[in-house]
Amino acid sequence: MRVAVEEKVLNENQRLALELRQRFHEHNVFCLNLISAPGSGKTSLLERTLEAMSRDTKVAVLTGDIQTENDARRLARAGFPVKQITTGGTCHLDARMITKALCDWNLDDIGILFIENVGNLVCPSSYDLGEHAKVVLLSVTEGEDKPLKYPGIFHKSELCVINKTDLLPYVSFSLDAARENARKVNPAIEVVEVSCTTRHGIDDWLDWVCRRQLKSVGAAAPAA
Amino acid sequence: MHELGIAESILERARQESAQRGGARLIKVGVRIGELSGVDPDALSFGFEALVKDTPLEGLALEIDFRKRVQRCSACWREFTSDTIFSSCPDCGSAATVCISGDELDIAYIELEEPACA
Repeated sequence: MRVAVEEKVLNENQRLALELRQRFHEHNVFCLNLISAPGSGKTSLLERTLEAMSRDTKVAVLTGDIQTENDARRLARAGFPVKQITTGGTCHLDARMITKALCDWNLDDIGILFIENVGNLVCPSSYDLGEHAKVVLLSVTEGEDKPLKYPGIFHKSELCVINKTDLLPYVSFSLDAARENARKVNPAIEVVEVSCTTRHGIDDWLDWVCRRQLKSVGAAAPAA
Repeated sequence: MHELGIAESILERARQESAQRGGARLIKVGVRIGELSGVDPDALSFGFEALVKDTPLEGLALEIDFRKRVQRCSACWREFTSDTIFSSCPDCGSAATVCISGDELDIAYIELEEPACA
């Protein structure tokens, strides 16, 4: 006897992600999910971001790693609420971990929630965390063909941040090729180039965050 | 390597179906995995086999229907699949194409033994 099921494998994750999305909508929380390989600069980008944010922006960060609280310690210096999610071996964050991490935070105190995923370009792309948009980071010390090697995450991201541009004189990385490769996979993807060391391009990134947040405000309530 | 967790989710759904049908023996689970899903079919099969080994579910088969990414040409609306990520339209050559599917991660069906007639 064959029973047609036709469900998402990650149905439970999807259900929790939708719940999160509805809560974010109710409490006007704008949420971004940052994904990259280890060492591309997610934490550095968040450090620069938090430094630039005024108190009234009410930013909060959830940061995922397999082990250690190092990233949370780095980010907490800016004075915004930061919580580390230690997955203990799991290579990605899922919606349940986000729900659990948010349980003792009042969502009315959060305007923008950044989720820093575990450093990994593959697995995090399968798990919806209820975010408004996924952002993928790539640094110039990696290959410009990364979008072609890991199309899944570039396909699902709205923005590609190319980091460490201050190192361009020392590496054979073509920004044009990287942009072109990202657009081959996802013609709609936007690209900003930054250096977290020199702060070059950080304003472009912050502009994008602002514009994307405005787009999410006033959007219709998320539906199943 | 999140395929083990994915395999566990598939098994969980299969167990639930069996329980709803009076504990009917599970034979096969059919899943659809898209090229862009972030799931490797071989690693998924490996994880699935490891999870059922030496359990009452040993022998439960997993059938994977692997789906390639489908692009649609924005100029002539032709839908096509491509082996390379560079996906110009094979008909009109336009580079303006959008990906319309390929991130499936679905349970299509569950096969169980017919319940014996009382």
